[in-house]
Amino acid sequence: MTTAAAQLPAPERPVPSYLEHGRGIRSWLFTLDHKRIGVMYLLAIGAALLLGGLFAMVLRLHLWTPEGALVSNDAYNKLFTLHGAVMIFLFIIPGIPAALGNFVVPLQLGARDLAFPRVNLLSFWLYVVGAALFVVTLVAGGIDTGWTLYPPYSLEEARGLGLLVALAAVFVAGFSSILTGLNFIATIHKMRPPGMGWFGLPLFLWALYATGIIQVISTPVLGITAAMGFLDRLFHLGLFMPEYGGDPVLFQHFFWFYSHPAVYIMILPAMGVVSEVVSVFSRKPIFGYRFIALSSIAIAVIGFLVWGHHMFVSGQSRVASLVFSFLTLLVAIPSAIKVFNWLATMYRGAIVLKTPMVYVLTFFAIFGVGGLTGVFLGALATDVPLHDTYFVVAHFHFVMVGAVMTAFLAGLHYWWPKMTGRMYSERTGLVSAALVFVGFNLTFVPQFLAGVAGMPRRYATYAPGLVVHNRLSTVGAFVLALGLGLALAGLLASLRRGRRAPANPWGASSLEWAAPSPPPHDNFATTPRAPRPYDYAGLRFVSEEEGWVREGTP
Amino acid sequence: MSAPSRAPSPDAASAGRSPFLAHHFEDLAAQQDTARLGIWLFLASEVLFFGGLFTAYAVFRGNHPELFRYAHHFLDWRLGALNTVVLIGSSLSAAWAVRLAQLGRRRGLELAILVTIALAATFMVVKYLEYSHKLHHGVGWGTSYRPSAAILASLPDAARALPAPRHLGTFFAIYYLMTGLHGIHVLAGIGLFGWILRRARAGHFGPGYYAPVDAVALYWHLVDLVWIYLFPLFYLI
Repeated sequence: MTTAAAQLPAPERPVPSYLEHGRGIRSWLFTLDHKRIGVMYLLAIGAALLLGGLFAMVLRLHLWTPEGALVSNDAYNKLFTLHGAVMIFLFIIPGIPAALGNFVVPLQLGARDLAFPRVNLLSFWLYVVGAALFVVTLVAGGIDTGWTLYPPYSLEEARGLGLLVALAAVFVAGFSSILTGLNFIATIHKMRPPGMGWFGLPLFLWALYATGIIQVISTPVLGITAAMGFLDRLFHLGLFMPEYGGDPVLFQHFFWFYSHPAVYIMILPAMGVVSEVVSVFSRKPIFGYRFIALSSIAIAVIGFLVWGHHMFVSGQSRVASLVFSFLTLLVAIPSAIKVFNWLATMYRGAIVLKTPMVYVLTFFAIFGVGGLTGVFLGALATDVPLHDTYFVVAHFHFVMVGAVMTAFLAGLHYWWPKMTGRMYSERTGLVSAALVFVGFNLTFVPQFLAGVAGMPRRYATYAPGLVVHNRLSTVGAFVLALGLGLALAGLLASLRRGRRAPANPWGASSLEWAAPSPPPHDNFATTPRAPRPYDYAGLRFVSEEEGWVREGTP
Repeated sequence: MSAPSRAPSPDAASAGRSPFLAHHFEDLAAQQDTARLGIWLFLASEVLFFGGLFTAYAVFRGNHPELFRYAHHFLDWRLGALNTVVLIGSSLSAAWAVRLAQLGRRRGLELAILVTIALAATFMVVKYLEYSHKLHHGVGWGTSYRPSAAILASLPDAARALPAPRHLGTFFAIYYLMTGLHGIHVLAGIGLFGWILRRARAGHFGPGYYAPVDAVALYWHLVDLVWIYLFPLFYLI
């Protein structure tokens, strides 16, 4: 009789899924359903990734020869600026929280929606306006300042209209991010299901909660800075321009007060995805739940106090540099706590090498290197010679692309069956993950070496001795692009040819897997009671078609 | 924190469900509780939004104390003090409006909102007089600071005794940015209270449902609080 649940015929679902709930373009564009907003975010972010990736490929091709193979120096400057700005503001920052988080957060809470569905829709549309303004920037002649937009260079008249549009884009996209964070905090506070206390939350939610704090507190500073820069440029206010009595270093402080915490806006949700995936695919409860949960908060808090390490060579006082250097190294502690707890979770687990897990293993390898090379840059003595070299470029690509993007891909594959109701091809997924791993390392390991050899970042040309580094890097970029293209193709193909996904294909215990795949408009017919987090006891594999079923539930 | 709020099953959604209760909340109390947290988070982001300007103020005051010593004579502390009193009064009437909404006293609520709007409008009128006087006399921001002889002559002796420092436009840039951003918030508040007034007239609010009044009043208190810092920073010290 233990298989009674399995022998019941699958009931015809009485309610249509969220994908069928309402038809026509308007039912998507003005939906208040967090799931549809999540899907729209996913499409928009995918477009941003393609655009930013296209810029990257042109940059890498250009660097095939030391004197530059493809574009003018001026065009090169504009391309790397927009590559950075689009990837950071439009892909990595909203990537995991806005696309995956939007979809998953209410489901993991057994809730019907985020706390403020209208605010959520507003956030999406602000993102779209911000993204459109970046495209306008491109049309309006582009910007060549680097994504950091440092004055006085950036606020000179000669930068033209593009710079003003870019500042407006940053301002608008920033408010989109604030509203997402605000929504997540309120939702996680107030909409937990019965039986779920703070330490019953899936760790993905802890990560998004910590992210939300950073978004709400730090992003407004970027907003006001963009506004000040905008007005300064229009009316010569003299806030950041020395010729009018202003202080350009103040801009740097403001900028990094946001933009350093922003790297934790990127990495914390990635860490949240990793916590989910590593436990599910090791078939073991997460090790050190509370340490992982609280280290997210610790990273968020310490992350506010370290911005000055971007300014070691900006004329900051030596005392300030030392203090910032010390605080920066403190971030290594909660980061390492997470990594060791993940590894301990895998220890003696029954590891299942499905695509999400392979991406997470990639994350471990690359985040390890990215994190440790961050120590070189956080330490004052080693940063000064490495500052503004390709070592920095390689470091932040290791963390932002190698770690965050692979975690994004892990999460995308992990939740894909829930979002679309289809299983992707495991074989395509695994091949793409392997290509991403190889391509990524081939692209960025040579950049570390080129950086140590003294190659400065943001130059359209380089010393002939570095041609091997750069060619390897360019080849790697194409392998990486191939891997990403294959991942995309595999996911898209699953929409037509993929097997129907069961409610719980992975044997995960969190509540989103208790809802049908894809979930109905209201997510849950009745509010579920939360299981203990990462409690796999009672989950039993039935078949590929029916997935995993919890004993005692029909 | 507080008890998590849940959505009931659709069949449990009885005919007694308030029209203002969103589908993903169990009851109005839970919805109201969540809205209040949301507005506090918004206010936190607002504090940081203004915080950038306050920091800029502190940095420029530290770098160029002579600018501030000289330029604050252009500001009339009596108008600033008047506006302070006006705004504190409007905060009182806003708080009153929340209480009257809780008690379900509709006429009183409408009156309190009207008083708040009137006081906010008074603030903006005074602000307009201050701005237009300055701009008329060429006291603009940044490079558009070209003061007329008349306004220089009208400065108190203490100021005229000082050498006019360079980059006075920067002081006025910060002055116009901070008071201007604050003024935009006052205008937004007037709009929000207008919306609340319409809903109050439609009889939406009562002991069970007053979250929008509460939210707008909380926002208004922050707007008031920002001014309470702006007034001494610009007019008095």
